[in-house]
Amino acid sequence: MSFSWTRVGAIVHKELRDYRRNRFVIATMAAVPVVFTTLPTIQLIAADTTNKAVSLHIGLSLLYLLVIPVTMPSVVCAYSVVGEREQGTLEPLLSTPVRREEFVIAKALAALAPTLVIAYAVFGIFLAIAALLAHPVILSAIFTGSHVLVQLLFTPLLAGWAIWVGIAVSSRSTDVRVAQQLGVLGSLPPLAIVALMSLNVISESAGLAIAFAAALLVFDLLAWRVVARMFDRERLLVNRRS
Amino acid sequence: MTDMEARHSVPDRTQGGEAAIIVEHLTKRFGDRVAFNDVSFEVGAGEVFGFLGPNGAGKTTTVRTLVTLIAPSTGTATVAGIPLLPENGSAIRSRISLMPESPGLYLRLTVTENLQCFAGLYGLDDVPGRIGRALRAVNLEDRARDLCGSLSKGLRQRVALARALLNDPAVLFLDEPTSGLDPVAIREVHDLIESLRKRGVTIFLTTHRLEEAERLCDRVAILNTTLRMIGRPDELRARLFRRSLDVRLRAPLGDPRTLFGAVSDVEQWEQTSSGYVLTVANPDRAAPVLARALVGAGADILSLGESHHSLEDVYLELIDEDVEAKSR
Repeated sequence: MSFSWTRVGAIVHKELRDYRRNRFVIATMAAVPVVFTTLPTIQLIAADTTNKAVSLHIGLSLLYLLVIPVTMPSVVCAYSVVGEREQGTLEPLLSTPVRREEFVIAKALAALAPTLVIAYAVFGIFLAIAALLAHPVILSAIFTGSHVLVQLLFTPLLAGWAIWVGIAVSSRSTDVRVAQQLGVLGSLPPLAIVALMSLNVISESAGLAIAFAAALLVFDLLAWRVVARMFDRERLLVNRRS
Repeated sequence: MTDMEARHSVPDRTQGGEAAIIVEHLTKRFGDRVAFNDVSFEVGAGEVFGFLGPNGAGKTTTVRTLVTLIAPSTGTATVAGIPLLPENGSAIRSRISLMPESPGLYLRLTVTENLQCFAGLYGLDDVPGRIGRALRAVNLEDRARDLCGSLSKGLRQRVALARALLNDPAVLFLDEPTSGLDPVAIREVHDLIESLRKRGVTIFLTTHRLEEAERLCDRVAILNTTLRMIGRPDELRARLFRRSLDVRLRAPLGDPRTLFGAVSDVEQWEQTSSGYVLTVANPDRAAPVLARALVGAGADILSLGESHHSLEDVYLELIDEDVEAKSR
C-alpha cells in the first residue's frame, strides 16, 4: 500500500481541530508570541543607535522571534505520541492502515502549519511596529544585511528540527511532562548557532546563513526517515520490542 | 429466525468452511516472558468466536498480533485472507477493525469528527453515508454532533463500535467490549453484537465474562498462555465433564452404596451437602430407574435432574488445572 496523502490529511485535520479546542495548546500558542513580540519590540524602540549597538540590538530582537518556531512545535509535538497513548487513542489509530511515515509526517505538518502562521505573523507585526516606532537608523539596519533572510529561512527549518526532536522524544516517553521538557531542551542546539550569528560572534553573511540553512534542511529531511523508523507500533504499545 | 436459531445455524467452521482467520503455531515472546505459546485455531467467516482467559493469559497480545500491531515470534497466520507478514500490515489493517478495551476517542471532537478522521484513515469514499450507516447501526444518530467528552462510558463504547464498523470489516476484533460498563450498557453492547452476527460480520470477541461468551459466541477458545480448549460451549462441557444426575432428598439415605449399586447405569456417586451426584452414562435412561429405586427405598425426593455445567465451570476447571500444575 503506497503513501497516502488522504491518510495524512485525516490526521492533520483531526490535530488542528483538537488544538483549537485544547485550552493548553491555545494558551501556549497565544502566550509565546505575546512574550516574544513584546520583548524584542521594547528592545528595538529603546535601542541605542550607535553603529555597533544597532546590529547587536537587532540581532538580539530577531533572536527572540526565532524562539517561537523552536518552542511552540516542540511543546505540541512532545504531546503527539505520548499524549495519544495517555488518552487511549493510540491503539485504535495504529490499527488503521496508516503507515508510520504517514503518521509522523501528519503529526509534523499539524505542528508546522500553526507554527509558521504564528511565527511569520509575529515577524510581520514586529516589522510593522518597527516601521512605526523605531528609529530610522534601526529600521534601515533591519532591512540591510541578512536579518530578514535569516528570519524567513530559519523559521521553518528550526521548527522542523524542533518537530522531529519533539516527535522522537514523544515516541520514547511515557509521560507528557517529561516529553515536553526533553523536547524543548533538544530543540535548542541549532538555535545556539543562529544566536552566535545574530549576535555577530560568528561573522554573519548571507552565504553562511544559506549554508547553515541547507545543512538544517538536509537534517530535517533525514530526520523524517529516522523518526519514522523509531515509530515502531510494537514498541509504542507495549513499551518494549521482543 | 430467533437469535438462538441464528446461532445454531452457523456451520462448524473447523469442518471445511471458509476461514476468516487461520492461526498456526503462533508464539509471542517478550524477552524471556512468553505471552502466548504455540497457539493454533481457525475462525470461520460469519462466526462469533470467543477468546477467553484470565488476566495475563495473552488474549490482548494475541489480538494485537492478529491485527498486526505486534509481530509474532514464531508461527504463521492468515487474517481476512492475507498472510500475517510485516509487508502486509497495512493491507490487513484496511480489511479489519479493532475495538480496544478503552474506546480511545478524541474527547474534544464530536462523534462525527471522530468518525470522519477514521474514515479518512481507511481512505473510504461516501464518508457521510458510511458515518450515517455506522451511527444508525449503534443507534447514535441523534448524538452525532455531541462532543465525545460529553458522552457516558456506554455511549462512548457505542461510538467506538460505530468507528469499527466504518470500513465494513471482514473481521471485527472486540477486546473486552463490556469492560467497566454498567448492566444496561452491557446489554446494549450485547444487542449490538447480536445484530452484527445477523449481518454476517465475523467477530473475534476477547472477554473474561463467561456468561457473555456463552450468550454470544458460536465457539470459544480458552487461553492460558497456551490454548487449553476450543469448541462450542456445549462441546467443551461434554469434553470436560461426564454426564451426571443431581439428586436432592429430604433426608440422607441409610445405605446409599447398596441403593446406587443396584442401578446399572450409575458408574460412580458422591454425597454432597445438598444430596448426591451420580455419574451416569445415559441420564435419560438412568433417571426413571433411579427415581423408582429411591421411592422403593422410602426416600422423599425433592428434585432429580441432570447436572448442568456452565461455561464458567469449564473455565474454572481448566484454569484450576493450570494453577495446580504450576504449584507442583
